[in-house]
Amino acid sequence: MAEKVLMKGNEALAEAAIQCGCRHYFGYPITPQTEVAAYMSKRLPKEGGTFLQAESEIAAINMVLGATSAGVRAMTSSSSPGISLKSEGVSYIGGSDLPALIINVQRGGPGLGGIQPSQSDYWQATKALGHGDFQLFVLAPSTIQEMVDFVSLAYEVGEKYRVPAMILSDGMLGQMMEPVEFPTKKDEPVADKPWATNGHQNKRKKNIINSLYIQPEELENLIKERYERYAKIKENEQRAEEFMCDDAEIFVVAFGASSRVSRSAVMQARAEGIKVGLIRPITLWPFPDKTIEKNVDKAKKFLCVEMNMGQMVDDVKLVVNGRKDVEFFGRTGGVIPTPAEVLGEIRRLAGKEN
Amino acid sequence: MAVVFEKPKALADVPFHYCPGCTHGIVHRLVAEVLDELGVEGQTVGVASVGCSVFSYNYFNCDMVQAAHGRAPAVATGLKRALPDNVIFTYQGDGDLAAIGMAETVHAATRGENITVIFINNAIYGMTGGQMAPTSLPGQVTQTSPYGRDVKTAGYPIRVCELLSTLSGTALAQRVTVDSVAHVREAKKAIKKGFENQINKRGYSIIEVVSTCPTNWGLSPKEAINWLRDNMLPYYPLGVYKDVTAEEGGDK
Amino acid sequence: MAKVTINETLCKGCGLCVDACPKNLLELATDHINAKGYHPSTMKDQSQCVGCASCAIMCPDVAITVER
Repeated sequence: MAEKVLMKGNEALAEAAIQCGCRHYFGYPITPQTEVAAYMSKRLPKEGGTFLQAESEIAAINMVLGATSAGVRAMTSSSSPGISLKSEGVSYIGGSDLPALIINVQRGGPGLGGIQPSQSDYWQATKALGHGDFQLFVLAPSTIQEMVDFVSLAYEVGEKYRVPAMILSDGMLGQMMEPVEFPTKKDEPVADKPWATNGHQNKRKKNIINSLYIQPEELENLIKERYERYAKIKENEQRAEEFMCDDAEIFVVAFGASSRVSRSAVMQARAEGIKVGLIRPITLWPFPDKTIEKNVDKAKKFLCVEMNMGQMVDDVKLVVNGRKDVEFFGRTGGVIPTPAEVLGEIRRLAGKEN
Repeated sequence: MAVVFEKPKALADVPFHYCPGCTHGIVHRLVAEVLDELGVEGQTVGVASVGCSVFSYNYFNCDMVQAAHGRAPAVATGLKRALPDNVIFTYQGDGDLAAIGMAETVHAATRGENITVIFINNAIYGMTGGQMAPTSLPGQVTQTSPYGRDVKTAGYPIRVCELLSTLSGTALAQRVTVDSVAHVREAKKAIKKGFENQINKRGYSIIEVVSTCPTNWGLSPKEAINWLRDNMLPYYPLGVYKDVTAEEGGDK
Repeated sequence: MAKVTINETLCKGCGLCVDACPKNLLELATDHINAKGYHPSTMKDQSQCVGCASCAIMCPDVAITVER
């Protein structure tokens, strides 16, 4: 049985990456994720890896593109404004069919925003982290253990389907400490990357890593093939947790930090006799529509709880498709909702006095 | 009779799309000749940039990666850190290297990244139709400086070799040109030195090649060569601005 | 004795080789064009050529092969 260690979220992420074979980290300081870089700067050189504090978040994502083109596991981390800087680079990575790991420890936005946690980059991560038709595989941890577990998952899924992956964390998870276990079986990177540009050594044809296709038909064909892979991801890689859903009538839907708050509220509501459950999306892309769908018939109402002005709620509404009410409760700007506030909303939906 | 001059093996059998008389073709050939002579094509990964040379990934026979505009030095850094024993080069124009990519250029140099940077300085943005570049000359007419570059509002051109020569990570900063047979031979020697530096882990090498853009300068290829000699070379003097191997009295 | 072979398909008629030849042995054809509409460079008098390869060195399209 592996030993449990008490670790801060940001550091646990970094350690997990090292343990699954990532030896190339390119980043830039930004609150509240700087600990990822600082931890990597101490650990990676000792593992013979590259830690590089780049001149900007833009340079860092392009360094990731270069390293991952060579076939190695590479990673960058940042927080909201820095993730915006990376957009173009992420689009190039997605358009070049490269796996890569990007961590966003979300903070209040938009603009310089604040340094407290938020979930206001949901749309950016799932719909728009870069121009063009492409998607990231997006995971939303809600515990430090999940921060650890999702790193190897992100690399495995990314390498299997040749898709970049994002762990969408937030300032609360990044800064808090919980006991974690690192898997005893170390992940070996997918050995075979025949597409990698690592020098043909006169033994194979040259490889080109590229996202430029001047002929529209060629570009369309490439994108359609990529979307066939996305369809497989949607079919096979959706993940969500159902908590107290068996006989629930009200379904709270929340991910990441807001799911922790919601879980407390759900437990308190149950103690008051309200039939409420929590659906916790784990993959934000692919959105776990199967889990929502299977609960639509028995649901009376859905309540989305987010730390933003309502982003994931749109995806829930798309699945529910008008069949049941979908409501929203959120705090933003770095404010974390309290269990009491969420409980108040649950009571209101259940028709109880507050 | 023996063949004394032919297409190098590292250059693909793909006709160049460049304009007639564009010196990109000469420089591509020189890079390929150097890769052949050093026998490193199999270990080389080139980084294509954005500009007229965006399709350079089709013209070289080594592995190639396409970078976003300005980011080739960062992509090259990622490649080199992942593949320290391979040969990594970038091939960039003046907008890519000295406008949008200036931070990446300066920082790759100051980190002493063991890469070779081929910088094509033709004082204009070719691919997008002839706009002003960071290296466009005072008074030079371009699409976005139709009355001539006015230094009061558009500032002065940047001398990249001089700038990078101040950085300790720079192993070689040399400016060459390809307007004559003699100069083409010198340019090739400089490019070879840039690749040898990488193999010998000396640090960052940049070879700035003062080049022509007949189409956007509005001149014939021959007139463009003359314009280069009369206008570019006085502002961008040829020469070695930094050479760590020379400072030490020669390598090997 | 030397031989210069110009690939007329690749040649863009830029004229840099014509200027480079120290013996003025090259000229752009006036009597024909290639498939792209360029007047390719042609050798006026091969017997005078010394195989210096100046033409090939200046050619931006790698259209010239030189034998000696």
